Amino acid sequence: MSSVHIENLKKHYGAVHALDGLNMDVASGTVFGFLGPNGAGKTTTLRILTGLAHPTSGKAQVSGLDVLRDGHKLARHIGHLPEEPAFYPWMTPLEFLDYLGRLYGFSAAERGSRTRELLALVRMEDVSKRRIGGFSRGMRQRLGVAAALIHHPEVLFLDEPASALDPVGRKEVLDLIENLRGQCTVVMSTHILADVERVCDVVGIIAKGKMLVQSPREELLERYAVPAFEVEADDHVALSRWAEDLRRISWVTAVTSQNGTLRITVKDVQTAKHDLLTQAVGAGLVLNRYEEIRPSLEDVFLQLVGAESVA
Amino acid sequence: MNFITVFRKEMLEQWRTFRFLIVVAVFAAFGLASPLLAKFTPEMLKSLPGVPTELLSAFPAPTVTDAITQYVKNMSQFGILLALLMTMGVVVQEKERGTAAFFLTRPVSRETFLLAKFASMTVTFIASLSIAAIGCWYYTYVLFEPLAWGPFLALNGLMLIIFLVYMALSLLGSTLAHSQGIAVGLAFLALIVIGGIGSLPSIGDYFPGRLFSWGVTLMMGGNDTAWPAFGVSLGIIAAALIIACIVFRRQEV
Repeated sequence: MSSVHIENLKKHYGAVHALDGLNMDVASGTVFGFLGPNGAGKTTTLRILTGLAHPTSGKAQVSGLDVLRDGHKLARHIGHLPEEPAFYPWMTPLEFLDYLGRLYGFSAAERGSRTRELLALVRMEDVSKRRIGGFSRGMRQRLGVAAALIHHPEVLFLDEPASALDPVGRKEVLDLIENLRGQCTVVMSTHILADVERVCDVVGIIAKGKMLVQSPREELLERYAVPAFEVEADDHVALSRWAEDLRRISWVTAVTSQNGTLRITVKDVQTAKHDLLTQAVGAGLVLNRYEEIRPSLEDVFLQLVGAESVA
Repeated sequence: MNFITVFRKEMLEQWRTFRFLIVVAVFAAFGLASPLLAKFTPEMLKSLPGVPTELLSAFPAPTVTDAITQYVKNMSQFGILLALLMTMGVVVQEKERGTAAFFLTRPVSRETFLLAKFASMTVTFIASLSIAAIGCWYYTYVLFEPLAWGPFLALNGLMLIIFLVYMALSLLGSTLAHSQGIAVGLAFLALIVIGGIGSLPSIGDYFPGRLFSWGVTLMMGGNDTAWPAFGVSLGIIAAALIIACIVFRRQEV
């Protein structure tokens, strides 16, 4: 079942087409990485899905609710963390979460226990009575996560949740997101590929307001896998001689050499896996490293977004 | 939806950010000062060196009318100014800061968001005007004579209506604007348009400013009324709030 369903969504600001026929489907319970360069339309999509912006045309549903028609019901189903969560500086985290609890109709006991639980989750118990006005960006982001989770939302929208944080803050926020797996559907927009690689099950890559590809992360990596191996040895002379031999083999398509490392691109990965090491030993090489090249999300992203830019 | 919760937050915000105290303090100061100024201005002039005796003798002895006139004059200037200043930023500031976007994804309707702000400002002005009125009544009683409660309450009620007109228009400006500068411009445009048209001889009878003179007439025991201006004022408040709600519902935050 889909938690988020978007069909041919368009959003035009005058001549600018922020979204240009976007299609997207996020299955319930997944952590969805919404990936794209700056200005690709990620934030616009999230703003439409949370009811803050109106689409020019197309269909957008969250938890089975039409975001335009059923906007008033949407708030109880979604949690939202904007890129820069804003708070009332005169409030304390305790007051702020209590206020949100009241908005969701919690009883005093529910508010008290949920507030304590969330402050512990985001490790803010010790600052729970301090004014938010003096908080760092990381503290605000953590409080924003707590605020987004207060009502156990079915779908959680996170806009660049870790992009402005230092490494420690980033790890904390990503750990929090990782712990949400299975509890709710998470749609996380970001341009940081490492974050997506770390926490997301499914990846959607958007550019110029269109979805270029949407697929489970592992499938995506497999699909865009480069059939290549890298071999590293100290004996550069023997390595060069072996490279010449390899270029004559039918299942090898290219061999490049750089600083004692050969990158061997092949037609048939299975044959290469079977024969390559034997060939290297036969050539008298003592290997430091032998590795099948696994494409990173960055390779896939650059390949797709690069192609779209050229088009 | 959640009106009371949001209203309570607005009141707490006014308290914590000292807006409530500022309005109360300004109103209280002018409420207390009005009869004092009416009573002692001639005496202060007398104590100044070099004032010609002919001029001093031209000053009639201060009366309760002077106290009321001074009160209405102070309130009409500073009350309206405060109504504009305290309301002009309340929506646009939240839009600029991002708090509006953060809270409108919660179970808070846009109408609640606006109307709770208006209601809380109304409560602040009622409280402040009450303190000012009590202060003015007491000093007038001490320095002149007791004021009749009925007409005095009516005068303050009419002044409150005028303040609400400017607050509603300022809130509408704050909703329409995308920056604080524009909100300030719209608020003062409302002041100029309402004040300007209101000063025209025939049309002025239908504008909020006429309520001040109605209130003073009541205090003086006159029978003159200004129901058309009263109706127009309530109409302006209702129209400004309805338009603000419609605009805000359609607005992208």
